[in-house]
Amino acid sequence: MYSDLELDALREIGNIGAGNAATALSMMLSKKITIKVPQVKIISFNDVSELLGGPEKLVVGIFLRISGDIDGNILIVISEEDAYALAKTLLNNNRDINRDFSEMEESALAELGNIIGSSYVTALSELTKLYLKISVPSIAFDMAGAIVSFPLSLYGYLGDTAFLIETEFVEGLAGIKLHYLMIPDDKSLKQLLKAIGVSTFESDNSRRNGGI
Amino acid sequence: MSLIIRVGMAEYKAARSPATLVTLGLGSCVGVVLYDRVKKIGGLAHVMLPDSRLSSQKDFNPGKFADTAIDALLQDMLKLGANRKSDIISKIAGGAQMFKMKAESSVMQIGKRNVEAVKAKLNELDIKIVAEDVEGNYGRTIEFFCETGELTIKTIGHGVRIL
Repeated sequence: MYSDLELDALREIGNIGAGNAATALSMMLSKKITIKVPQVKIISFNDVSELLGGPEKLVVGIFLRISGDIDGNILIVISEEDAYALAKTLLNNNRDINRDFSEMEESALAELGNIIGSSYVTALSELTKLYLKISVPSIAFDMAGAIVSFPLSLYGYLGDTAFLIETEFVEGLAGIKLHYLMIPDDKSLKQLLKAIGVSTFESDNSRRNGGI
Repeated sequence: MSLIIRVGMAEYKAARSPATLVTLGLGSCVGVVLYDRVKKIGGLAHVMLPDSRLSSQKDFNPGKFADTAIDALLQDMLKLGANRKSDIISKIAGGAQMFKMKAESSVMQIGKRNVEAVKAKLNELDIKIVAEDVEGNYGRTIEFFCETGELTIKTIGHGVRIL
């Protein structure tokens, strides 16, 4: 469905966004952050929750909605243990590991999601010259399957697979991992490709007839 | 020994007693149970979206949509020997809104719309909903026991319920 050229371009978008987000995250935490090479994944709905440790795995999800010239969703997923460790780093306290998240910790994690998402989208907007805005972050602490269901379900109208640009941020010492998923809305994918000048149009038959 | 059958996103499965039908981590999706109490034949559909007419594919998987999934599940149960006239009942769970957003557009409220579409379809088929645990802002793991007709709902921090 997508050419190698298109997939490469989307990966590169992911790379630039993630690079910018990692810098911002590193400043916020005063820690070294590494990023995994972004991947473009076209996988079945059930495989998405497997990717995050299984549908019943307890995770923190931070959700941000992108709107403007293109629409989409950003979902940052952090395992329960890593989210506790992150909350501790952010608030610099000695938290009891068995305690639920306090309101303060939830808003600190949401703010972290906001910083990652905003810097990712800013880079995306600069690169593509598209007008993009981002919603306030929303946070949930629940089963991975339930967390991913909403951003994925809209894909159901289009087919049986989800399209995501995925990367992972890893904090240096403690090895805290943040799973970052950018899930463009179905219609926005073509627009995104067009904005970076690599869209292969259906009307362009020259390519199919032994062209490039 | 009872058999445990897992029903993934956009899937639907029918089974006889003593099987148990399970769906893990329901969020905005709705788990629809149909049950023939006399023959102890049960079915579970994991519905993602309300309306198949909005599908851009012609040849789509019926398990995805409320209207088509319930029809398909009922057909599978009839094939297993369920009796349409023997009072098939329904129990439903799920349809949560996991993330609170400032702008409550209808796109965001997909869980609620799924629940409404499931109810409309069951009503159209004249299948009574005897129990429900829907909406809210949390995920659910559900297990349906074909032997007893019980639906167990497990949550994180919102307890366990048996319908």
